[in-house]
Amino acid sequence: MSDTTFAPSYGPVAIPVRELLPWAIFAGLMLMMAIYFVGAEEGATSLIRGTYVHEFVHDGRHLLGFPCH
Amino acid sequence: MVGKLLLRGMLVGLVAGILAFAFARVYGEPQVDKAIAFEDQQAQAAGAAPEPEMVSRTTQAGIGLATGVLVYGAALGGLFSLVFAYAYGRLGSLGPRGTSALIALLGFLAAIVVPSLKYPANPPAVGNAETIGYRTELFFIMIVVSIAAMVAAVGLAQRLWNRLGAWNASIVAGLAFLVVFALVKAALPDINEVPENFSATVLWQFRVASLGIQLVLWTVVGLGFGAVAERVVAVRDQRSPARRYA
Repeated sequence: MSDTTFAPSYGPVAIPVRELLPWAIFAGLMLMMAIYFVGAEEGATSLIRGTYVHEFVHDGRHLLGFPCH
Repeated sequence: MVGKLLLRGMLVGLVAGILAFAFARVYGEPQVDKAIAFEDQQAQAAGAAPEPEMVSRTTQAGIGLATGVLVYGAALGGLFSLVFAYAYGRLGSLGPRGTSALIALLGFLAAIVVPSLKYPANPPAVGNAETIGYRTELFFIMIVVSIAAMVAAVGLAQRLWNRLGAWNASIVAGLAFLVVFALVKAALPDINEVPENFSATVLWQFRVASLGIQLVLWTVVGLGFGAVAERVVAVRDQRSPARRYA
């Protein structure tokens, strides 16, 4: 009978910050870069010369609410 | 664990992006076309030569729009999963689906609705090209401040939770958020660059469509990610998925 216990209380278990931090920093940065390219590249600031990226994602940029031009 | 959540978050975001793209095609593009027609008409009236098209309208409204919305959706889903990974297990006894839905609701309010009340989305032809840097800066400041205020409000609600009870603690935190928003809204400069005779109907419908696209994205991510994450965290919580969380 030693393996029968009282109804165990299950609950959400938090992920330790130590485990989360590297993901949050590296993935977080990459994902924000992706949003930057859709939302602001070749608008207010420009990493790539020209306006092709801007023109290509033009409609998405307007409709997603970013200032476009 | 975090990697699993991240991958699933990005996939759910991609699905959300596909649905948002369909929504944008149906409700957003007609308004963009009307705005561009207005722009061309103004340019013609001013005697300016038509702007050369580097990317055709078909591409912009098709593969270009799809790329923009899908990349945005996947990135949103990924960032969402990281926030979830931190919040899960730190919001009382709220289970994975409840945590996901709550993050989506508060995130949509803080990152989209509140900033757009100050700096709403604008169709083509609205906005002076010379102020793009200034407007972009203000737009991002508004988003950062709004998200920071929301995080602080959630922290405040948790602090007051035991003393005031769930409802009153949440109301107080909500009011605190509103006060911060009112102050920031008053402090930051207004921008109004809508041309004199631009159609009010087109402007309104464009902005509603823009908000609708975001609503589709956040709803699908909030509800979809919760369903997917439930199976991932159940293993860690040692709970059979059949046993439902709060």
